[in-house]
Formats: sequence, structure tokens, C-alpha cells
Amino acid sequence: MDLKLLTFLVVGATFALYIGIAIWSKASSTKEFYVAGTGVHPIANGMATAADWMSAASFISMAGLIAFLGYDASVYLMGWTGGYVLLALLLAPYLRKFGKFTVSEFIGERYYSKAARMVAVLCLIVASITYVIGQMKGVGVAFGRFLEVDFHTGVVVGMAIVFVYAVLGGMKGITYTQIAQYCVLIFAYTVPAIFIALNLTGNPIPQLGLGSNMADGSGMALLDKLDMIVTDLGFAAYTAQKWSTLNMVLLTLSLMIGTAGLPHVIMRFFTVPRVADARTSAGWALVFIAILYTTAPAVGAMARLNLMNTIQSGPVGAADGNLVYADRPTWFKNWETTGLLQFEDKNGDGRVQYYNDKDEAFAAKAASFGWNGNEMVKVDRDIMVLANPEIAGLPNWVIALVAAGGLAAALSTAAGLLLAISTAVSHDVIKGMISPDISEKKELLASRLSMAGAILVAGYLGMNPPGFAAQVVALAFGLAASSIFPALMMGIFNKNMDDKGAIVGMLVGLFSTLIYIFWFKGWFFVPGTEMAANTPDNWFMGISPEAFGAVGAMLNFLAAYVVSKVTPPPPEHIQHLVEDIRVPMGAVKAARDH
Amino acid sequence: MSEQTQRQAYWKANLKLVAFCLSIWFVVSYLFGIILVDQLNAIKIGGYGLGFWFAQQGSMYIFVILIFFYANRIGKIDQKFNVHED
Repeated sequence: MDLKLLTFLVVGATFALYIGIAIWSKASSTKEFYVAGTGVHPIANGMATAADWMSAASFISMAGLIAFLGYDASVYLMGWTGGYVLLALLLAPYLRKFGKFTVSEFIGERYYSKAARMVAVLCLIVASITYVIGQMKGVGVAFGRFLEVDFHTGVVVGMAIVFVYAVLGGMKGITYTQIAQYCVLIFAYTVPAIFIALNLTGNPIPQLGLGSNMADGSGMALLDKLDMIVTDLGFAAYTAQKWSTLNMVLLTLSLMIGTAGLPHVIMRFFTVPRVADARTSAGWALVFIAILYTTAPAVGAMARLNLMNTIQSGPVGAADGNLVYADRPTWFKNWETTGLLQFEDKNGDGRVQYYNDKDEAFAAKAASFGWNGNEMVKVDRDIMVLANPEIAGLPNWVIALVAAGGLAAALSTAAGLLLAISTAVSHDVIKGMISPDISEKKELLASRLSMAGAILVAGYLGMNPPGFAAQVVALAFGLAASSIFPALMMGIFNKNMDDKGAIVGMLVGLFSTLIYIFWFKGWFFVPGTEMAANTPDNWFMGISPEAFGAVGAMLNFLAAYVVSKVTPPPPEHIQHLVEDIRVPMGAVKAARDH
Repeated sequence: MSEQTQRQAYWKANLKLVAFCLSIWFVVSYLFGIILVDQLNAIKIGGYGLGFWFAQQGSMYIFVILIFFYANRIGKIDQKFNVHED
């Protein structure tokens, strides 16, 4: 069957499934709209959390970044999984015990201050919108490819679908839908990986295949072979470290504590029945996430290997060693129509040369081959996962499946985030501050309007994203790490932390990180407004904007501590509240003094 | 023991367990996966250098184990100090 038709069928069938589930379990009250009652089993909750959590960044973008960054991309793998340990050990059980709808409600009550709640809402909205920008980039790539249109058109189509989808159901619809989405996306991710691992190494388990020898009779380990192929073309070795150790440590830390500070993930742990379930739910979520995350390094390495071998089909420097452009495979042509893959025949030989023309040692060699610069002028990292099965020549149904999986990942996360944003606006700002007696109907309307606003902003910025999907998402994590996580953690572990300390801390963390990011990425991510080029030489101590969240978090802790020392301690009933949160037994006594 | 001191003892035991788990969390990711990666890569398991394996595989398996280990142990501590849920 024709690939395009098949893709439409598979994507259409999965969409019908999700929308069907959403309608079947349509949210009927505001409480259900937000947290789906409290009857979700830890394993089901874990699976839904995994789908919610694994976004376009994980599914579409991450393996592509791994393919081109090699070892350095380990920061994404460790950073996005290690955060669950922090979540399970430091936050989830206590927030569940506290028993409120939203993160900002916790901050508002723990710090007995409406101002603290407002600041938390601001932090959540900034982090969530940045996150949705990353999703829009991913959605644009996926729709661009499978509708065979330009990337920007893909973003617009994606915006429309995300909106309809997120507005249809609330959390309840989303919980069951997300279980279906998890199944689709994990199947779509692992099936091609198994095929490719089997092809390349003879071992069907990708996690083992990555550490196996090549099945081409060379007897070389796959990773050694990959190192050899890329260094032969002037690229840095795949398994070698390119970034500074400091930057890697801070970026990993930033992603980990960001994970534990993101509203749409934390909200999940409000929905389990008991404190003990909150602890294990994080574990189950990580089990389901790790299935994809341990497969991703194999997908990345094998995609890079296949890409290099397709273009450099013969020995380096041989007259017929490179792919003839006129004979390029279909996937190559298809990605060219999206504008995300671009070729320019610089030396006019009708063949494709793909090498590192920035490497001075290799330049002399390249010149002697008659090469006149790298001709793959654009290879967008975000296309790798979707292109991977085509490059490996897998059957059409596998390719269609991957398109469906990528869309499932992007849609589920975008919907979860939009819900967090709309909750913040309608529940925290409007109901909590402006008009407490708003009717349920009006509150739902307000939440839907704020979803629409968030999609428009994110879609607009997603057209000119400040990086690849996974990098944009990394920025969102930095923002959550620097603002929300320290306030939550101190709220539980430091009884003497007061309202003023927390507020100053959150503001210092958020703005130091935000300004550092905007300095190198442009004010509000508008291209051309950056104050300095985004290169390691300009960075403060070699710390990249993605990694700065960890520094922002430290500044947050420090500022909060100093301020809390010079201001009066929190009132006694707040100290009792903290003591109540710390033990699973009993109910939290109401701490309202206003 | 009064309820107050009981709760304080429970919290202390919890903090000790959390500190133990987080030190393992730190060692497998930051120490083995990043800081000592070159030294560990001298050891090979299959085609993987050991440091590279910790960074792209091992740390994640250990994270999963850690969470369930913590949930199990803290559950027992809940019982011991009689602060468990009904």
C-alpha cells in the first residue's frame, strides 16, 4: 500500500481511538476536569504520567540529538530520568498528603501568602509556555513530513489539532486517553529499534545491540565502528566528551530538578489514593519512561550509522564513494519538501559530500578529494527519529506507526501542559484571586480561553524556535528548576522558611535564569534580539543557557535562606502544618487563617 | 514516647534513608556517568565502555530500583514508628 495512504490510516485510527475515549469519559464537573477524582491505580497512573511526560522532545527530538551529540547527550537521558528519584523521595508523598489540586495552592497555603501563590503561578506559566513551544516544533516536524508540506504549515495544522484535543476533555479524559497513547507511542518507538538492531548487530534487543559487535562480518563493536566512521569524516568521536564537565553536571542537575518542579507532572501525584501510592507511582512512571529512554541511545547511534553509510556509501575520498544526488532515496526527497533537510552541490559533481568542514585538520584532505565544503547544509536533528525507519529501509507500516507515535507523544504532553496553564489561570488567578464566587461554568470557559491563548503564543514562537525541540524543552526545565523546585522542597524540609524568603527566592531564581536565557537566545525568544552570540566563549564559566537552571536554583536557595534569617519565622500553625505533611498518618489540619 | 518525639524520630529516620538513596543517585549518574567517565571507559563490558554504559544505560536502571527500594523501606519505617496510613 502507498505510504502516504497508510500513514493517514494509522494516524487516523489512533486519533479516532483517543478522541473516542475522551468523549466517552467526558469531564462533567470542574473537579474531574482537573484531577480525575482520586481513584487512579498507581500502575495506570504511572503509565499515564509516562505518556504525559514523554513529549515530542523525548520521542521525536532526543534520539536525534543523541545521534549528533553522541556521549554528551547522556545529560538528557540521565537528567530526564533522575528527576523522578527526587520527585519520589522529596516531593510526591508530601504533596499528596497535603492534598490540594495545584502546586500554587500548596505554595499559597504553606507560605500563608497570596503573593507567594501569584509568584508561583507566574513561574508555572513561564515554564509551561516555554515547554509548549518545544512541543509545537515537534508537532510541526511530524505534520510537515506526513502531510508533505512545509514545516510552518505543519505547525499551524498542529496548533489546530492540539487545541481541539485539549479542549475536549479534562484530566479524566486525558488519563484514560494517555494510557492508550502510551501504548501507541512505546510500540511505535521500540518496533523500528528492534528491526534496526537486528539488522545491524543480529541482536533484537536495542539496549544490548548498542553494546554488541556489527553483524557485517567485521567483528567490530558497533560503537567503535561508529567512532571510526565519523572521525574519518572530520567529526568528533561519537563516544568522546565534547562539552566541559561542569556544563554537563549542571545541565543534568537542571533537568533533574526541573522534572521535579514541573506542574503537569506533580499534578499527577495529587490523583493517587494514598501517600504510599504516590511513592510507587513515581517508580511506575519511571519504569514506563525507562523503556523508551534506554532504547533511545541505540536509536540515536544506529540512525547516525545508517545516515552516514547512506551518504558516504563507499570509501572516503574515492571518486564513487558518495551518494549520487539524482539517485537519492525517497526519504531524502520527502524531507527536502519540509525544508528541514537541505542539499547544495558546492563542487558540482552531482554527488553528496557530508563531512565536518569546520575541522581544520580534515580540510586539507577534503580539498585533495575535490570536496568544496559540506553539502548537507541543513540536517535538522528533529527529523532523525521519523526518518530512521525509512533510512533503514523498513516496511511502510512501521514508518506509518512512527508518525502516529510521534504525534501521540506531542499531543499528550501539549494537552497536559495546556491543562496546567489553564488551571493556573482559571483556578489560581481568577477563582483564587479575582472573583472567588465564579460559577463552575464560567471557570471552565476561562480555562478554555486561556488554553487558546497559550496555543497561539506557543505556535507563533514554535515557528522560529530557539533550538531543537529537546533543547527548548530543556530551557523550560531550567525555568522550573530555578523557581518552583526550591520553594516546594524548602516548604517541606525547612520548617522555618517563611513567606518573604520563598517569594524572594522564587523571583531571584526565575529572573536570573530567564535573563541568562534571553541574553543568549533573544528577548522573549525573538530572533535577532540576543545580547551576545550563543557560543561557549561568551557563556559565564562555560555554562550553557540550558544548564543555567541549576545555578538559578542555587541562587534561589541562597536568597531564600538569607531572607528567612532576617525576617520573622512563620506562625506556629504553619509549623504544625509542615509537621503534619511529613507523616503519612492522619489528615492535614486546615491551615487557613484568612 | 510521646507522639511528638515519635514523629521527630520518624522524620530523622526518613532523612537518613533519603540521604542514603540520594548518595547512590549521585554516584551512578554524576560520578560514574560524567566525572569519572574517562577512567571507567577503560573497562569494557561488551562493546560499551563502562562510563558510557552508566551514562546511557546503567544510571537509569538504578534510578528505577532506587525508587522502589525507598518506597519499600519507608513503608517499613512507617510501620515501626506507627505513623502509617489507616
